Amino acid sequence: MATSLHPSVTPLAVSACTVTSALGQGKATHVEGMHTMQSGLHANDFSLTPLTCHIGRVEGLEHIELPGDHKMWDCRNNRLGWLALQQDGFRDAVVGARQRYGSERMAVLAGTSAGSIGSTEDGYRRLESGRLPEDIRWPSIHCLHSLGAFLAAALELTGPAMTVSTACSSSAKVFAMAERMIRCGLIDAAVVGGVESLCHSVLHGFNSLQLVSDEACRPFDVERNGISIGEGAGLALLERVESATGAPRLLGWGESSDAWHMTAPHPDGLGAELAIREALDNGGLDAGMVDYINLHGTGTRNNDAVEARLVDRMFPDSVRASSTKGYTGHTLGAAGAVEAVLTLLALQQDLVPGNLGCRTPEVACARHLALETRARHVCVALTNSFGFGGNNVCLAFAKGSATA
Amino acid sequence: MSMSPQHKSLSVWLEGVGAWTPELPDWPTLRDWLRGAPAPGVEAVDKPRPTVLSASARRRAPRSVLAAVDVASQAVAMTHRDASRVPSLFATAQGDSGIVDSICATLATHPGELSPTRFHNSVHNAAAGYWTMATGCHAASSALTAFGYTFAAGLLEAASTAHAQSTPLLMVSYDVPGCGPLTEILATKTPFACALLVAAERSERAVARADIQLVRHVERDALAGRAGQLAANNVSARGIGLLQSLALRRSGVLYLQVAPQIDLKICMEHHP
Repeated sequence: MATSLHPSVTPLAVSACTVTSALGQGKATHVEGMHTMQSGLHANDFSLTPLTCHIGRVEGLEHIELPGDHKMWDCRNNRLGWLALQQDGFRDAVVGARQRYGSERMAVLAGTSAGSIGSTEDGYRRLESGRLPEDIRWPSIHCLHSLGAFLAAALELTGPAMTVSTACSSSAKVFAMAERMIRCGLIDAAVVGGVESLCHSVLHGFNSLQLVSDEACRPFDVERNGISIGEGAGLALLERVESATGAPRLLGWGESSDAWHMTAPHPDGLGAELAIREALDNGGLDAGMVDYINLHGTGTRNNDAVEARLVDRMFPDSVRASSTKGYTGHTLGAAGAVEAVLTLLALQQDLVPGNLGCRTPEVACARHLALETRARHVCVALTNSFGFGGNNVCLAFAKGSATA
Repeated sequence: MSMSPQHKSLSVWLEGVGAWTPELPDWPTLRDWLRGAPAPGVEAVDKPRPTVLSASARRRAPRSVLAAVDVASQAVAMTHRDASRVPSLFATAQGDSGIVDSICATLATHPGELSPTRFHNSVHNAAAGYWTMATGCHAASSALTAFGYTFAAGLLEAASTAHAQSTPLLMVSYDVPGCGPLTEILATKTPFACALLVAAERSERAVARADIQLVRHVERDALAGRAGQLAANNVSARGIGLLQSLALRRSGVLYLQVAPQIDLKICMEHHP
């Protein structure tokens, strides 16, 4: 057994969780999509100017109306957050926790990369005498914290509320923050998660970096040529294990920095390895105990090559691994939480999702990569999230019974 | 005052400080100014030039990042700690709204011409990226935001992390004014950046101790005088009360709002 870096990291119960993405709304549609290996991606019908790529779009956001008292928060990102709150009984679970702990004893820790910037883009397209149009001329939908503040308001939680924005690792970091705050006694429970919605800055921004595929992304395929951007939301309710002993658990987390490049991963995956080792160490795990790894697997040449070699040198043959971005697209700041929930589904359903989009895997990961979805006992699972700025996070989850 | 008996107090030791405004370019200058000294009267500098960054990184980095990295360097230098081993947390309400302005203006007219450098500089963790690269730091780095409560939220997360991981931690809070149509709706009108190196355990580096507790929010009078001026014009400067306490070496209690209904109650105690 590995020596713990932070011996006092205490497991938390994930007493409720939900996911919404291009694959559908709620957990059941995602389990179904993973079983049948259906992709939620389709040809880009979002950008206002032609851009040949595939996107993961959540249907119906255009028609969602926030209740009257939440109108100040109305934007695509918060509509997606609102839609996600209504799935899988998540909101009711939070209400229950709020009644147990008190609203001020619960934090809202949200992650997003571009957040509500779609509103700002919209405003700039229809300026009124050089000013933002009057119908959106207020700050609450032009700041990244729009997400965290809106979720706190919608859930009537009055404890600490923050929005983390570390690019594509944003909503993985919030799990670690919640664990630390609960361990310090600052709060009793936390709603953590991420929401990211389609917007033009990320579509054109990733395109300017030549990282967007012209087809549906193909993580770890030898012919992969970039990402497919998706929108999505993942949410989880974290509390002490005693409060929900049967629930799956957050066992450990690891965080690191590449200190290498703003947009390219460290060529040897140095930061990513540090994050994975820390997650294993403080979860009291060794690599052989892991059944499934939900890989970051974006579909870019660089990311997947580095991550494939890393998994190859760190994990024994028994470990199955896959990227789920072929189903949802890369949901950027929401990817950490979306994929955390998909990882929890793997634990709860005893399934290893097939790595959709890959026909011929990179040699380095061929022995680990699950090409097809398979039933398999999954007791311990990891999920990787790596972001721009060299920001890496790994989360370790386990079945409720694994550490009882 | 605390909301319930479970509300523990977290104590952190403050070891290093950094600060920058165009007129008050470092912590000793801001400290003396907060004590009543005249401003140095040198010409205002639009942006700092932190030497920890390579020349090419200095050219590419936006003003917000230069300010954040500069104050981070000051705080670490004061402690003589090895920057490559200290986790960092960058709190900023808006990141760089000048870049957001430029990106949105380009998208509105020529979306295909978006600059890749502007795009990667626009991520909220740009400062964390430049800082960790400049210092070769592989420890965790983060970036968060919380509207007008950003400084306090950063301090709370810094205290929580320092405690939970028994580590010193560098916390930076910075905001710069934007340009274009966003300007009128954003609270930051003048640039300000500050940094604190906090530790969970006392060492010979400690200059003060801050006991931090969550309490129910109470409306209080805004800060007066010079500190008040800064706080009124920059979201990250809303934590200036803590810097003022350090400058004046004044023990006592101060409050920073951290969410709509809660404040941080901070008991400051100074050490010789």
